Amino acid sequence: MTDAPQTPALFAPREPIFPRRVTGPFRRLKWWIMGVTLGIYYLLPWLRWDRGPNLPDQAVLADLAGRRFFFFWIEIWPHEFYFIAGLLIMAGLGLFLFTSALGRVWCGYTCPQTVWTDLFILVERWIEGDRNARLRLWKAPWDARKWRLRITKWAVWLLIAVATGGAWVFYFTDAPRLAVDLVTGQAASVAYASIGVLTATTFIFGGFMREQVCNYMCPWPRIQATMMDADTITVAYRDWRGEPRGKHRKGARAAATTGTATAYDTGQANALPKDAATANLGDCIDCMACVNVCPAGIDIRDGQQMECITCALCIDACDEVMDKIGKPRGLIDYLALSDAPRERAGQPPIPVWKHVLRPRTLLYTAMWGAIGLGLMFALFIRSDIELTVSPVRNPTFVTQSDGSIRNIYDVRLRNKSGDDRDFRMSLTADTPLRIDLQGSETLSVNVPADSTKLQRVYVTARPQDPAATRDRTPLRLWVEDTETGDRASSSTTFNGKATP
Amino acid sequence: MTADPNDPKPAKPPVDDVTGIETTGHSWDGIEELNSPLPRWWLWTFYATVIWGIAYTVAYPAWPMIDRATTGILGYSTRAEVAADIAAFEDATAELSAQLARADLTALEPDDPLHRYAVSSGAAVFRTNCSQCHGSGAAGARGYPNLLDDDWLWGGTVEQIAYTVRHGIRNEQDPDARWSQMPAYRDLLTPDEIAQTVEYVVSLSDRPHETAQAAQGAEIFADQCSACHGEAGTGMREMGAPNLTDAIWLYGGDREALTATIANARFGVMPPWGPPRLSEAQVQAVAAYVHQLGGGEASEASDVPAN
Repeated sequence: MTDAPQTPALFAPREPIFPRRVTGPFRRLKWWIMGVTLGIYYLLPWLRWDRGPNLPDQAVLADLAGRRFFFFWIEIWPHEFYFIAGLLIMAGLGLFLFTSALGRVWCGYTCPQTVWTDLFILVERWIEGDRNARLRLWKAPWDARKWRLRITKWAVWLLIAVATGGAWVFYFTDAPRLAVDLVTGQAASVAYASIGVLTATTFIFGGFMREQVCNYMCPWPRIQATMMDADTITVAYRDWRGEPRGKHRKGARAAATTGTATAYDTGQANALPKDAATANLGDCIDCMACVNVCPAGIDIRDGQQMECITCALCIDACDEVMDKIGKPRGLIDYLALSDAPRERAGQPPIPVWKHVLRPRTLLYTAMWGAIGLGLMFALFIRSDIELTVSPVRNPTFVTQSDGSIRNIYDVRLRNKSGDDRDFRMSLTADTPLRIDLQGSETLSVNVPADSTKLQRVYVTARPQDPAATRDRTPLRLWVEDTETGDRASSSTTFNGKATP
Repeated sequence: MTADPNDPKPAKPPVDDVTGIETTGHSWDGIEELNSPLPRWWLWTFYATVIWGIAYTVAYPAWPMIDRATTGILGYSTRAEVAADIAAFEDATAELSAQLARADLTALEPDDPLHRYAVSSGAAVFRTNCSQCHGSGAAGARGYPNLLDDDWLWGGTVEQIAYTVRHGIRNEQDPDARWSQMPAYRDLLTPDEIAQTVEYVVSLSDRPHETAQAAQGAEIFADQCSACHGEAGTGMREMGAPNLTDAIWLYGGDREALTATIANARFGVMPPWGPPRLSEAQVQAVAAYVHQLGGGEASEASDVPAN
């Protein structure tokens, strides 16, 4: 029993990450996206939309109890779920498209995990200070100041988390009424439970788990690996320009700087071959700015990494440094990996549009557009009235005393408009058939607003009619809105008393 | 390798060099098995389930005994839960049922909530009590009338249907049951006479027949049958005598079936379904349900029978 000199660790504790504040165009873009997406999420349920007296006036509402989904002027019934399915397929294809063209832009800019983590880090920075202050605080003993800062931070996080969980439930019922019910303790228990669960997940995922959610819980980073190829524009480090890295000394890179500036003007800065005579060192001064701002805690200079969400903050950080030392921007940049050998060889990169427009992305765009157009088409041709016909097959037909043959149909009439409507029923067939409605002398039936009515319909063939003795006769049941003239129909069959 | 795997009794449990964890001492071609302790969360979860399991069997019915299981100190049973559910449902509908029991079915509009309640609860009553003979679709069978058509032996208004349901047909239990009896003609008529009568009955519904035979049968019909079935064979609802001129035959309309009917007579029986078998509200409900199946007739004042 001798101790081995080196015991490989089977468990690695999380290294805490303290992202430094950074400014730049990508950071500004991320602030804008955060503002817009969170604004939509928190405020959308409060937007009103007048649909008349019989329907809710919430612009976006998933009314689970009433089995309706309202989206501005669109109302989806449960049997039209294919709209939702189509949108989900479009969302999937859209992710494929953006990932194959621009890498993990979804992860870096719009994923809720990224957006809320960003917000939580912002709060953290406001309360505890920037990277160095947070590092010191983390190492400091638990004194009164640390408790005060920590508790303040947690309290603000919790407020955001409660608002996040709270906003979610407003999508499922009338927001102003639910808000009152929530405060007075009269809301449904499922509302409180949903808020509780989402508060907990927001608080824990955004405050404590952060990049671990992406690394260990989310399947998307693994799937995305198969969507990306050498033409995908992604965040990368130009090692041929940066290496060998070394500390910056004023004047040491002077000659190179002059040369680079000229080349930069001609758009060839990044392809500039290093001249060993003018400088031994590359452009990277190893200032660790790219590492310090990274919310995933990685070093982009190590190459493509599974943990990288391509948030582009390292680009902003590096560009800032390059500006300071008088070097061209773009040491860390969005670039296609297939350009690396070309730039290494001193050639200009292929234009971005050539990377983006390739069969794969065109195919994704075509599929995405086709489904989108199909959904739009389906949305515009769908009628306010609909019917489905279930023929009663127990029994298949009834012989009446005069020898005529009657078939019975259960017809569901849907009035999707916001007003009560009178529907008139009729039938078409290539042989004579009569139609009657259960419980009504006329062929007219009133269907209340936004509802389905089950109407039993009798279709009769006289003994001398061909349909009475034919095994099966096709027919079509029609419904017409007496007010607007809208029509809908459904085909079915009539069973006769076939004589052997 | 810290311990000789062939040593039957190592002095101490062997320990793996790399991880510092005990091994089980088993070795397969040099591959050893770590004897890692169970994760603590797993162990505590396991203990918690054991405690839960014991508490559950004490609180709820669990252990099978000779003729029953232990009842558990909470006294819970699924049967009692169902009974409570049924009682709660009956409480909830008590008001509607009481209204329905008193209601005048002829006066109910189709859109009246009470009528809708009657039809939907009547459908349930029908499936439970009537479908055995009349079929789940109410289409009947040979000898069991089809309730979807427009032909009624004893009347098709909603009160007549309710009366039939309440008292039944040709049963001994209810003195108010609808009653009639067709004689068996095999003792009263010769086989030839029966055949002639059959031919006449076939002619009544405009089917191909032998004219001479039917003419002889017409005389027999006038003597023997018209008292109940009517001069023209159109039936008589007071006697439950079917219309012989229409397209509907309860026991079959071919010559063979008609011969059997005339020779042996028919005696269809329906039990009385009024209280105590079904409640008054259930009788009303099933009558309303059957009436709206497709053949129900509109009520006239003179049709209403005394209960």
